[in-house]
Amino acid sequence: MGAVLALCVLWVSSGGGRAGAPRLAAVPSPHERPRIAAAANLNFALTAIAAQFARDRGTPVDLIFGASGTLTRQIQEGAPFELFLSADEDFPRQLTAAGLTRDAGAIYAMGRLVLFAPKGSPLTVDEGLIGLGRLLRSGGVTRFAIANPDVAPYGKAAEAVLKKRGLWDAIRPQLVLGDTISQAAQFATTGNAVGGLLAYSIVSSPEIAGRGAFALIPAGDHAPLRQRMVLLKHAGPIATQFYEYIRSRTARAVLRKYGYEVPQ
Amino acid sequence: MDWVALRVSLWLAAGTVALLVPCGVFFGRFLAFHRFRGKLLIEALLTVPLVLPPTVLGYYLLVTFGARSALGRAFETVVGHTLPFSFEGLLLASVIANIPFVVQPIQRGFEAIPADVRDAAACCGLTPWQRFLRIEAPLAWSGVATAAILAFAHTLGEFGVVLMVGGNLPGVTRTLSVAIYDRMQAFDDRSAGVMAAVLLIVSVLTLMITTALSRRVGLRRG
Repeated sequence: MGAVLALCVLWVSSGGGRAGAPRLAAVPSPHERPRIAAAANLNFALTAIAAQFARDRGTPVDLIFGASGTLTRQIQEGAPFELFLSADEDFPRQLTAAGLTRDAGAIYAMGRLVLFAPKGSPLTVDEGLIGLGRLLRSGGVTRFAIANPDVAPYGKAAEAVLKKRGLWDAIRPQLVLGDTISQAAQFATTGNAVGGLLAYSIVSSPEIAGRGAFALIPAGDHAPLRQRMVLLKHAGPIATQFYEYIRSRTARAVLRKYGYEVPQ
Repeated sequence: MDWVALRVSLWLAAGTVALLVPCGVFFGRFLAFHRFRGKLLIEALLTVPLVLPPTVLGYYLLVTFGARSALGRAFETVVGHTLPFSFEGLLLASVIANIPFVVQPIQRGFEAIPADVRDAAACCGLTPWQRFLRIEAPLAWSGVATAAILAFAHTLGEFGVVLMVGGNLPGVTRTLSVAIYDRMQAFDDRSAGVMAAVLLIVSVLTLMITTALSRRVGLRRG
C-alpha cells in the first residue's frame, strides 16, 4: 500500500498528470517569488523591508518565519529557500559547512533582548532582573516566557541572562518555552505569563507597543546576537538583490527603527 | 483571511479524497466480505494512523524522503525537488493520515448489507460487477459519503504533520490551519480569528452531515 502510494505521488510529481485535465500537482501554483526564510525576531522589521523592496523594485518576495534552528533543519532536509536570515551565526555556519550556501554570508544586524512585563503583571522590569528575582522568591512568578533555547538563539541568550543573574534553577519550573521568540512574545504580551525575555525588535513594534513595560538587557549579559544571513546554493537573482537590499541604507534605517544595532 | 491558504487546504482535502476513497472502497469492501488469517493485523495496521501522533508520521516522512536520505536524493534527481516541502509530500502525508477515516466507515457500510441480500443477487445471476453497482453500492453509499466527508474535514484540520513536512510555504504547503498559527505569531489576531471561525464552521457542518448519514444507516439496519 505504502509503495503504491509512493509510486502514485512520484507519478503526480513527475508531471504524469500534466496531460490530463486535473493538474493536481500544478494546482498550488509554482511561483516565481523567491522564498526567504527568516528568524522570527524579524517578523515585523523584515516584513517592512520586504514591503519597501516590493515598492522600490516591483518584485515581491515570500517571507517564511520560524525559529532559526527549525529553519536550518528544514534547509538541510531540502526546503526550497533561497535566502536565510538567522538570529545567530552558528546555524548559518552549519549550513555553510555542509556546502548548502553560496558563501559565508554577512552579519546584517545585532539583536537585543528585553525583559518584558504585560500590563497588570506584578513584575517590575529592570535591566538587572532584580524585580524578577524578588518576585520569584515571593512565589509570584507563575509563568515566565522565553523562546526554546534549543532552536531559537534568543532563547539561548535568555537562558544565559537568567544563569548570569543566578535565577535559572529557580525559574526553570515556571518557564514556558515558545517555539519561536514570536510565540514567547505571544505568551507574555497576552498576559498568559507574568513576563518574558523577548526580542527588542518585537517589543518595539507598533503592534506590541502599549501592551506592557520593558527594560533593555545589557548586551554584555549574553553572547552577542550577531545575526547572519546566507544565500543558499540555488538562490536566484531576486533573492540576491534582496540580500543586497538588506544591507542598503533604506533597510538599515528600518532595522535601526526596530531596535537592532546595524554593523557598519 | 488568507485565500491562498484556503485554496491550498481545499486542494489538499480534495486530492486526499480523490486518491483515497477509491482505494477505501476496494479495501473496505474486501475486509467487510472476507474472513482470512491475519485480518486482525491488517485492520490494526490500517487503523494505526488514527492513534499515531502526527509528529511520528512527519518524522518518518522526513527521514525517508528528506534531502539527506538516499531515497530522498533519488526522488530529487527524478522529480527536481524533494518530497517534503512540496504539495505532493503533503498529499502523501495526508493520504496516510486519513486511511482509517476512509476505510472504517466504508467497511461498516458494506458490512451492514445483509448476507441474504447478496446471496439473492448472486442467485439471480448477476455478475460480481453488477452486484457491486446495482446492489451493494446503493446500500453502502452513505458509508462512502461519510468516509469522503471525514477525510475532507480531517485534512482541513491537519496541523502537526503539515507544519513538519510542509514547512509553511505560501501557496504550496501553507494550509489554513498553518496560516492561523503563522498569523498568531505575527500578532495578526484578526486574520487568525477569521480563519479559525471558517474552520470551526466547516467542522460543525461536517459533523452534522456525517451524523445525519450514519442515522440513515442505523435506521436501515434497525
